[in-house]
Amino acid sequence: MEEKLALFKNRKRFGIEKNIDIIFKNTALVLSSFVAIILLGIILVVFFQSFESFSRYGLKFLVTSEWNPVKDEYGAFAAIYGTLVTSFLSLLITIPLGVGTAIFITEDFVPKVFREIIGSFVELLAAIPSVVLGLWAIFVMEPFLRAFFVFLHNFFGWIPLFSTEPTGRNSLLAILILVVMLLPIVTSIARDSLNQVPKKLRNAAYGIGASRWKTIYSVILPAALSGIMAGVLLALGRAMGETMAVTMIIGNSNAFSWSLLSPGYTISSMLANQFGEADGSQVSSLFYAAFVLMILSLVVNIFAQWLVKKFSLKY
Amino acid sequence: MNTLYYQKRLSRNIGDKFFTSLSVICVLIAILPLIFLVTYILIKGGSQITPELFTLEPNPPGDDLDAGGINPALIGTLIITTIASIIAIPVGVGGGIYLAEYSKGGAFSRFIRFGVNVLAGVPSIIAGVFIYALIVSTKILFGSMYSGLAGGMALSILMLPTVIKTTDEGLKLVPNELRYASLGVGASMYTTILKVTLPSAFRSIATGVVLGIARAAGETAPLIFTALFSYYYITGFGDLFYEMGSLSVLIYNFALEPYNAQNKLAWAASFILVLSILSVNIFSRILAAFTEKTKRI
Repeated sequence: MEEKLALFKNRKRFGIEKNIDIIFKNTALVLSSFVAIILLGIILVVFFQSFESFSRYGLKFLVTSEWNPVKDEYGAFAAIYGTLVTSFLSLLITIPLGVGTAIFITEDFVPKVFREIIGSFVELLAAIPSVVLGLWAIFVMEPFLRAFFVFLHNFFGWIPLFSTEPTGRNSLLAILILVVMLLPIVTSIARDSLNQVPKKLRNAAYGIGASRWKTIYSVILPAALSGIMAGVLLALGRAMGETMAVTMIIGNSNAFSWSLLSPGYTISSMLANQFGEADGSQVSSLFYAAFVLMILSLVVNIFAQWLVKKFSLKY
Repeated sequence: MNTLYYQKRLSRNIGDKFFTSLSVICVLIAILPLIFLVTYILIKGGSQITPELFTLEPNPPGDDLDAGGINPALIGTLIITTIASIIAIPVGVGGGIYLAEYSKGGAFSRFIRFGVNVLAGVPSIIAGVFIYALIVSTKILFGSMYSGLAGGMALSILMLPTVIKTTDEGLKLVPNELRYASLGVGASMYTTILKVTLPSAFRSIATGVVLGIARAAGETAPLIFTALFSYYYITGFGDLFYEMGSLSVLIYNFALEPYNAQNKLAWAASFILVLSILSVNIFSRILAAFTEKTKRI
């Protein structure tokens, strides 16, 4: 008996099993570090490919909008401006719509079944590929809105934003299709953060006599604000990098214009349009533009993550 | 007097009514175009579906009225997404296992989790630019430039964060008691993971991975200058090293053609793409709801 116990005590794993265990752990470790390798790889590769253009044009690249492969003159101001304007304006439209929808879904205006149907429908829309949205924008949205754009130009043409005659594809269409794309993101994140606000806060507000909307905008919305903000920032990052739908509908013109009714450009649509057939220093300039886009979206994303960490709900 | 009764004309009640109708208007503005969009795609695309669509090559754009079919693009999408999955799933699941099972919340794992979130936010076209610089322009794959293989690699970069995240989160939901029990009866760490924790998290991981694949299947931007496009049938293994068509790039190319026949092909391709992506999404949602119900019991 004693002997047997001693045998049991000294029993160790076979060497081979131990080795498998170690190999397994290290494989998992290596696989997880792939993420970091790919991320750093992307940053470094894009940076080094853009080096030629960077050393040639410097920061002037960011403020001139000459894009002439024949004369070898490159500046991406129109595209950078287009990226910023389309993404910010589309967010400006999306935020009230998305948050309003999210409030409607989280409050009990209509029975829960309907709210769940609306909620999951909005989420399903996030799954529609952007190239399909672009197709729809070209053949349905543009003809449908043309009369409206003409109206905008006729009555508000004195505002620089609407100063050009609308002829087919333009930046405003790109903004509207971006709204369709961002709406599911903002709505579902806003809904999640509204749902996370504890019930007792709402009950307390009702208990001291606050009306429903008083409760919403002075108790529930402030409590959910950080989550909503993070969702908005993620949507902003998505809008900046969005390529297909925007490329198909924005008109792709590098001529800078204040007007939203004239064809425009964004960095990603410039890449999609020109990368396939570019050569020489044009490739390097495109990489430079890609680098600018990457930095913009990295900054927005990292800021969003910081915000989530810093202000996540503490109830 | 009767201040306990609901008074319609009280300013707070009028204000409430106003805001309620405002949010209803928001919902209508948000939802109606979306419903219109989905039905339009399904009706317009569905009316273009013919049996030949699935078997023929697309004809080169031109004046002839017969556009042909989308067979190469359909097969190409399947191949490219398969390549992406073959790369992204092992790497992602392995990475997720490390994060959930081995890491102890130190600097490394925090950095990787942060990296996963950042990588998820990298614009999809940047993934294409990266693969172009790394593989297409260097001709590193046996001298071939644009290829289905390069396209699959670009897509795998987009799938990777989704796979890691779902694995990480799925494994974290597995109760620790299961791990203790397994380790307690003398199983080693890798047996515990492969035989106990991974199987019990399998369904949630699978759902997330399938959703990631569905999303990747609709991506266009990473493919337009890595896989490019091809009008010809895929005949053999060697075609992996040449330009390869895909449904999404077909939609992009043919939507911009001035010819009606090509535009119709684009609608048909979007019908197939949207229908398959939506059905995968709805199916996995139902599955998830079903598992939640059984778990509660």
